[in-house]
Amino acid sequence: MTTDVAVAAAPPPGSPGGGARPRSRWSVTGGTALGVGSAVLYLSLIVLIPLAVVAWRSLDQGPGYFWRAVTTPDAWAALTLTVGASFLVALINLVMGTIIAWVLVRDRFPGKAVVDTLIDLPFALPTIVAGLVLLALYGPESPLGLNLAYSRAGVVLALLFVTLPFVVRTVQPVLLELDKEMEQAAASLGASPFQTFRRIILPNLVPAMLSGTALAFTRSIAEFGSTVLISGNLPFKTQVAAVNIFSQIEGDNTTGAAAISTVLLVVALVALVSLDLLQRWGSRRG
Amino acid sequence: MAKHGLRVIAIAYLFFLLVLPVGLIVWRTFGDGLGPFVEALTSASAVHAFQVTLTVALWAVAANTVFGIGTAILLVRHNFPGKRLLNALIDLPMAVSPVVVGLALILVYGKFAPVGGLLESWGVQVIFSTPGMVLATVFVALPLVVRAVVPVLEELGDEQEQAAHTLGASRLQTFLRITLPGIRWALAYGVVLCLARSLGEYGAVAVVSGRLVDQTQTLTLFVEERFQNFDQPAAFAAATALALIAVITLLLTKFLRPKG
Repeated sequence: MTTDVAVAAAPPPGSPGGGARPRSRWSVTGGTALGVGSAVLYLSLIVLIPLAVVAWRSLDQGPGYFWRAVTTPDAWAALTLTVGASFLVALINLVMGTIIAWVLVRDRFPGKAVVDTLIDLPFALPTIVAGLVLLALYGPESPLGLNLAYSRAGVVLALLFVTLPFVVRTVQPVLLELDKEMEQAAASLGASPFQTFRRIILPNLVPAMLSGTALAFTRSIAEFGSTVLISGNLPFKTQVAAVNIFSQIEGDNTTGAAAISTVLLVVALVALVSLDLLQRWGSRRG
Repeated sequence: MAKHGLRVIAIAYLFFLLVLPVGLIVWRTFGDGLGPFVEALTSASAVHAFQVTLTVALWAVAANTVFGIGTAILLVRHNFPGKRLLNALIDLPMAVSPVVVGLALILVYGKFAPVGGLLESWGVQVIFSTPGMVLATVFVALPLVVRAVVPVLEELGDEQEQAAHTLGASRLQTFLRITLPGIRWALAYGVVLCLARSLGEYGAVAVVSGRLVDQTQTLTLFVEERFQNFDQPAAFAAATALALIAVITLLLTKFLRPKG
């Protein structure tokens, strides 16, 4: 029934009344306005207003209070640890993610499809489970004899786990699309494999590598669940910003928590805006 | 040689970061057979946590599915001022720390906040209760359905919808008969992602739930609480159950993901 209708209804090309006219008429009707209104209301009630209130709350006792809340020794230590660890994690992801994407696209070995599926596991696995899983292998009862619990290395490890897919999944499709003929041309003109990689492949990958890295960085800045168990929440040592916020909320210091939250929001927004600029720059060059 | 070198590096990295840790948990959980696993998961607290998790996740998925379909159609099929802004704001939740999500909701819907106080006087408790946990889960999983549906809706085009419309189909009929069948796989993909995210959410729910054992405790909170209380078998069993859900999700999304 529906197919008949669809076939019969398809207007011959160029026939009057076929084009987009009726639709653009709809789109200014009350229906659209109602839809946009509902979507904006939903987004506002759940996301926008609450986030705005966090920013507002962080400043409602003046910028001096905000500054003191952010620079209390434990909050400052948590923020610097978070930013530092996130940079390190982003850097490791940049290198390892690119290598993994390369191996998944250009290499052949038995079990590759399984490895490819496994890459997404960190996104599917609840963060608290990720933390627990790492603690089992790299904690006090480590069968490998490698105890990273309650250390900064443990925090970095947890962040590496949850951010694994970002660079791999942004670089992989670009690598798949990459024209091999350019490489062959370079090689036939006498370029060494390293030169071919450096001059031909790398320039094509850089935008994807950087955007994956930026996403990994933003995720690391915000991460909470995976670091809770393995870091042991030692202030000044392993406490990341999100955990610091959590303990401030538990201690009923919502203004302090809001101040650090605002810093995290700003850092994440700066990273995302840079990413957007980066992508535009990349697409202009491409 | 260099090729093998990279392969070894990549696989070793994945093995030690991913495969070995996850494998170890599964092995520890089932080391003494299925009995302890089943026993740990059928304790009253675990069953209750599972129920809370399901309730919260189903509400959140339902809300985000309706919002997701509606917003995707708005973004692809309609023109309105502020469209680019709305499009950008939808991704915002991805950049926000789960703990900040929790704090934000407490500041608006908490007992001592204006809105929360008002709702409280009407007898609706949001924070430390199911509605707050649903809100938190909706927040963190908000973009998933929209982002899954938008590209397919774009690719589908609107000729068939227009045809149905010119033949006198109402907008509801057009949606049910033309649009929905066209996006069903993408929608399923988005819903699966959303469900997985909702079942696995920890940080935001930890803040807004108050972590009340046997009341607002979800499965992820159960894992943490059991572990902190030195009940490793229960923590490992629940973690393995969640990991199994994650693996099923992974396989489902592989199967549903739009090709190409």
